Amino acid sequence: MKKIHIILLVFVAGSIALLISLLNTGSTYETIAEAKAMPGKFVHVAVRLDKTKPVEFDAKKDPNYLSFYAVGVENPDQAMKVVYRNGEIPNLMISERLVLKGKYENETFECKDVQTKCPSKYKEGMKPTEKSIDQSSITNPAATTSEATKY
Amino acid sequence: MEYIGEHLLPGQLGHLFIVLSLVASLIATFSYFKSAQSKNDIDAAYWKKLARIAFITEVISVFAIFSILFYIISNHLFEYKYAWQHSSRSLEVKYLLACFWEGQEGSFLLWSIWHCVLGLILIKTSKKWEAPVMTVVSLMQFALATMIAGIYFFGWKMGTNPFILLRDSGVLDNAPALHINGDVAMGLRQDYMLSIKDGNDLNPLLQNYWMVIHPPVLFMGFASTIVPFAFVIAGLWKKNFGEWTKPALPWALFSAAVFGVGIMMGAMWAYESLTFGGYWAWDPVENASLVPWLILISGIHTLLIYKHSGHSLRATNLFLILTFGFVLYSTFLTRSGILGETSVHAFTDLGMNMQLLVFLLMFVLPALVLLIIRYKEIPTIHKEENTSSREFWMFIGSLVFFLSALVIIGKTSIPVVNKILGTKIAPPEKAEFSYNQIMVFISIIIAVLTAVTQYLKYKNTSTKVFLKKILIPFVIAAIIATLVLVVGKVNYEKETFGFMVAIWMAVACSIFTIVANAAYIWLGLKGKLKLSGGSISHVGFGMVLLGILISSSNKEVLSNNIGGIPAPLDKNEDPRENLTLVKGLTVDMGKYSLTYEGDSSHPKKQLSYYKVHFKSKDGKEEFVLTPNSFVNYKGNEGLMSNPDARHYWNHDVFTYITSISNPDKTKDTTTFRPKDLKPGDTLFYSSGFIIYKNLNKKEDLPVDLFGKDGSLYEANLKVHSKTGSLYSIAPKLAMAKGNEMAVPDTVLAESIVLQLEKVNPDKSITLGIKESNAVMDYITLKAYKFPYIRLLWFGVVITAIGIIISMVRRIRLNRENVSQS
Repeated sequence: MKKIHIILLVFVAGSIALLISLLNTGSTYETIAEAKAMPGKFVHVAVRLDKTKPVEFDAKKDPNYLSFYAVGVENPDQAMKVVYRNGEIPNLMISERLVLKGKYENETFECKDVQTKCPSKYKEGMKPTEKSIDQSSITNPAATTSEATKY
Repeated sequence: MEYIGEHLLPGQLGHLFIVLSLVASLIATFSYFKSAQSKNDIDAAYWKKLARIAFITEVISVFAIFSILFYIISNHLFEYKYAWQHSSRSLEVKYLLACFWEGQEGSFLLWSIWHCVLGLILIKTSKKWEAPVMTVVSLMQFALATMIAGIYFFGWKMGTNPFILLRDSGVLDNAPALHINGDVAMGLRQDYMLSIKDGNDLNPLLQNYWMVIHPPVLFMGFASTIVPFAFVIAGLWKKNFGEWTKPALPWALFSAAVFGVGIMMGAMWAYESLTFGGYWAWDPVENASLVPWLILISGIHTLLIYKHSGHSLRATNLFLILTFGFVLYSTFLTRSGILGETSVHAFTDLGMNMQLLVFLLMFVLPALVLLIIRYKEIPTIHKEENTSSREFWMFIGSLVFFLSALVIIGKTSIPVVNKILGTKIAPPEKAEFSYNQIMVFISIIIAVLTAVTQYLKYKNTSTKVFLKKILIPFVIAAIIATLVLVVGKVNYEKETFGFMVAIWMAVACSIFTIVANAAYIWLGLKGKLKLSGGSISHVGFGMVLLGILISSSNKEVLSNNIGGIPAPLDKNEDPRENLTLVKGLTVDMGKYSLTYEGDSSHPKKQLSYYKVHFKSKDGKEEFVLTPNSFVNYKGNEGLMSNPDARHYWNHDVFTYITSISNPDKTKDTTTFRPKDLKPGDTLFYSSGFIIYKNLNKKEDLPVDLFGKDGSLYEANLKVHSKTGSLYSIAPKLAMAKGNEMAVPDTVLAESIVLQLEKVNPDKSITLGIKESNAVMDYITLKAYKFPYIRLLWFGVVITAIGIIISMVRRIRLNRENVSQS
């Protein structure tokens, strides 16, 4: 067997493996309407928390059940109920964006995993000493994604 | 305008040294280049001298920048944005360094400072290679200097400066309290610094000792990959194709050891401080540092092939160029913000994307072009390697390693593809499995090759000798593997059966690797440890593989929520992993019973420690774990948890907090319900009943507290809960100096409060009962068991030791060669 044959074989095997893993289990970024249009398909959806509706979580009843309502980031008229069965989500209430990963099934979005994007912490660290001036204006809504970098 | 309380001198010095380092590194690059290009020795020596002066100036500048920035952070000079953004007064001294490299600027500086150290060693040791090699290093130093320059260049902002003042950074622009007359259109108040009391603090998740040591080691790994790369460039440039491999080999080995340890320290940090329940998640940040390491290992093996057989020089050139290329590509991926939503780590886009891209291309493109131009000139052996030769299988192994690197980086680069092609491909549902299903096969191939290849000889091997030698290790490995698989039950049934079989094979093969390489130290090398660096590092590598396979596939969720607070499960659902513990109430969790004993707080921070008592049901183990959480920390909502683990020689018990009772959320609004009781009477409540036993009157009360006619009654009650628990409870009623005072008593686990409201002479009482959620103090946690995780950490250490032994031997061999010639 020539070396070049083995090399080719290895590369072919590798690229097939890569293709299979991409095709078989691939997912896509979708909007709420698109997620609803394809129930049962695992998708990523960028949403905002609907703060007008209740967030349900009671660790004493079931520490794994959390549900809330979400609206689309670009299409606020699209809405859905989200169920997350893995406990409390930190920073949910202050998040400005959520990336939900899961499937739309039986009128709810079964969320397997969630990423919260929070407003920049830059402005919130400010604690001015004067109380007389409106402090709320210190917090700047101009926001980037979370400042936490690993390096 | 002058502001009160600012220290401007350090910043001005910092700016000065940044400019100096920029100029010095440029002069060093140019002079080294001229020296390398000089036709005669006098010119070359002249330029080299100039270049050295410039490079040493650069080294001094970088060290000065580093020291000044550290001075600013450690003295809490919050007028500088970097100190304000990354540190705080309450931060422990040991973490000051960690906040130094939390920011991009600091980590670029760290990278740069290692190049300075490596550059000085290269000047001292690399002799005739100095000029071309140092040209590359100096150019890199220039590129890194631009990253922290923060200067405008024809309207294009180059880098971000770590010495920028807070008031110039835009952060304060919208804070009216800091402006004259509270108007943001006006200038800042002269005394604005009075309002900047504290900094933003270091991200709590980075407040871990691994974060002090992991970045410097990892960046030393990053930085050291430039040396083999620079030697490759020098070889191609000076058309001296093979000779550079000698000095480059120890450098490549050094890089592999430091880089590998650096990556695994990051895994260690993730395990100890993050809460995704593991040490590796195929996150883009992890992948981006693993990929160059894999290619570097391929490069080292082809380098060895070249040294012993003359084959594979071209591949070596390519691998070592790509190692460094992928270090730069990683930098681009992780710092440009392009990964966006695919990474758990949120990356800030500092607006340097273009610069990072230029940084990547200015090294990789010329290197690849140079390789293509010179490709035909690179000496090669036209005869095919014999399939029974060591070099043949080593090459296949290198190729598989390289291929696995390409697969990983291909999958990691999907966001880049999305950006270029406008597609919207997202990571698959089982993101980790999509890597694991490929990597498990790669580890099988690599493990087998690592086990047998040392038993082959360079050029060719007689089949009979090979089989005879490999037989003993093979049999031993087969026996051990069978025992491990049968007794250890490495059964990973979450995915397909095929995947589980693949894991079995991989476990068996990595055991084969460990046994065969350990045996080779005696069979092949007659126990000479000095020569067996390769075998030792292969043993370590086998242990790493085995540790990964067993700890990941046999990871157990301990906090399965089946008993206790109900969480109905569908048939196909994963068991829910969160378990709620009410303070004082013992709960069943697999082989343990758990009691949440209470919390305590950090004196300075919003950090709470939760004491959880573990007791195994067989009574053999009893210990307390104290996971902690930052609660509502600095504008965050909810918890940022750090796990705690109990380490055994063969497994870890690992737990962290996922939610806590919030006293603000559940305000106590219920009132006491009065009830008249005679001794022996029973009172029902929502989840059980209470029996009134008797009433005691306390005698000999201190007069100064109770007054002359004071009295104290104590009612003894038994609480029987539905779950069968029994509690004693004794509310009190005091009559002190004419005032009636009730002292209620509480059964936390049942959320009831009892209060003695009235005592009659016939011992009948009026008892107030209150059932309230607010009395519940509880935590929710997850707990895992990681078996044989120590094997992984131990394997990493052995691998590194093996590589270092090889490196020392190669350096010694090079010295002997020089003195002989």
